[in-house]
Amino acid sequence: MRIIGKLGLVLCVAAVAACSNPNRFGAGDPGAGTGAGTGMAGVNDGAITQGALDPSSPAYFNETIGDRVLFAVDQSTLGDAARQTLIAQANWLTQNPSYTAIIEGHADEQGTREYNLALGARRAASARDFLVSQGVASSRLRTVTYGKERPIEVCSTEACYAQNRRAVTVIAAGGLTS
Amino acid sequence: MKFLRGLATMALALLPMAPATAQDGPLRIEITEGVIEPLPFALPTLIAETPDAQQWAERITQVIADDLTGTGLFRRIPQDAFVSQITEFTPSVNYANWKAINAQALITGAVATGADGSLTVKFRLFDVFSEAPLGEGLSLSGSQQSWRRLAHRVADQVYSRITGESGYFDSRVVFVSEQGPKNDRQKRLAVMDYDGANVQYLTDSSSLVLAPRFSPTGDRVLYTSYQSGFPRIYEMNVGSVSQRSLQVPAESMTFAPRYAPDGQTIVFSASINGNTDIYRLRPGGGPEQLTNAPSIETAPSYSPDGSQIVFESDRSGSPQLYIMPSNGGEARRISFGAGRYGTPVWSPRGDLIAFTKQNEGRFHIGVMRTDGSEERLLTASFLDEGPTWAPNGRVLMFTRESAGAGGQPALYSVDVSGRNLRRVETPAAASDPAWSPLLP
Repeated sequence: MRIIGKLGLVLCVAAVAACSNPNRFGAGDPGAGTGAGTGMAGVNDGAITQGALDPSSPAYFNETIGDRVLFAVDQSTLGDAARQTLIAQANWLTQNPSYTAIIEGHADEQGTREYNLALGARRAASARDFLVSQGVASSRLRTVTYGKERPIEVCSTEACYAQNRRAVTVIAAGGLTS
Repeated sequence: MKFLRGLATMALALLPMAPATAQDGPLRIEITEGVIEPLPFALPTLIAETPDAQQWAERITQVIADDLTGTGLFRRIPQDAFVSQITEFTPSVNYANWKAINAQALITGAVATGADGSLTVKFRLFDVFSEAPLGEGLSLSGSQQSWRRLAHRVADQVYSRITGESGYFDSRVVFVSEQGPKNDRQKRLAVMDYDGANVQYLTDSSSLVLAPRFSPTGDRVLYTSYQSGFPRIYEMNVGSVSQRSLQVPAESMTFAPRYAPDGQTIVFSASINGNTDIYRLRPGGGPEQLTNAPSIETAPSYSPDGSQIVFESDRSGSPQLYIMPSNGGEARRISFGAGRYGTPVWSPRGDLIAFTKQNEGRFHIGVMRTDGSEERLLTASFLDEGPTWAPNGRVLMFTRESAGAGGQPALYSVDVSGRNLRRVETPAAASDPAWSPLLP
């Protein structure tokens, strides 16, 4: 995994012009830059063969750095693993200043709908505050709570609940609007 | 909205009174005193007084019967057990024939159609064992589209005369209709009659909608929608289905909106920088903060006189119920039992607060007095939440969701006594019911 990651980094350095192509963020192309490999347009010159992720791509952020951190029941405090993930997220955001992010806060289904909305807001803010403490401009970050409305795991046991109590950093190109 | 127009034209008139008879021990159900045996009543199919009224008579009779039996307080005697038939809508009846089949109450009625597409329903209620009419005969008129409302009105009268409580059948419920798998639920705002009939959708499924509430006049609903990408409160006029957004604190997510009894003032929760507090919006004013704590404050509900607000807060470390003055200020905790308490809803009678309780892996709908005493749990399941009061404060409706990957929410109702737990049939999965007041 690490080797592939390094390969990806090398490849992207070679294709640096494309990686930072400002047209990716053009207003006329709102979908650009939000999917895996989108940023690689125009560099299909045979140099890329193994599908390694461009380290400046949202896909690299999502899969290699990790786009989410998990929480204990009712908690919004960040554990060591969550802090490590968020430090890496902050580094990525610092290195890729054209991107903004929406941080989604989620809860498991064990709780009432409205309390879980408030709890999700708390978790999203906890992740956001940590990213800001690591140097990410707060103007690039926005939070949203989904409470228990958007579980990713659907079983009704702790194995699923643990995955659903999360804050997910969703990378987006361009500015933040409501 | 067709339904509301029908109601505007509905007329009500007293019929000539039957000869009064001395009533000793009049027919009465005391709802609070644990009715074990449902009261048997006879309801002959209403008489069709015009040639094309037969289908209306049959449908209206069925709705009246369903309303009454659905309470669990009444049992309908099958018509083939009758020893006499009602062939004419008259002020007097042969009580002996109804005593013979042990009918405690007899409901007679007639339906007539008008040339203008109207329906007129007349009815009388008799206390068979006292051999006396119970209240006066009534005549109700409305459009044919409002036939179910005419039936609910009759049933409300019968219920009210026998129980001494106001009725609740002529009412509506706003709720969230749900479709799709648990990890990709589509939600739409919908309204229906209290019994699940006449479902109308108010939104499409393009954005999440949550936890609607009826205005005290039943013509508007407050709810939370993600149409902006973020949770935000809106108000919708139910008749015109037109929506307006509400002025909320800047940089906030807003949810849990509720009307004050005046129908104009609104309280809601706003999350700012991760902290959720309760705010108020008065007509012509900007948002006013009512709570100011680093904990979660949400799920507010006004007392019927508008002087106090019960809400949910985790300021003690776990979610519990608190009451504060409606202008904000010091709150007192009222929930002290084991477990977590949420979504408090003040009874329209003012005497009780219904809530969701979570304890030892189970969810309950419960009620307590407004000082927190006399807590009673009415239900238990994997996930029960979000009670709403019937207009008369005797029945609660709530969401029950089943467990697991295929888990689905459905609407249930239960008496405040804990009896008569019933599923409310809806066309699709459903959650977050909120009862309207009795329709005008």
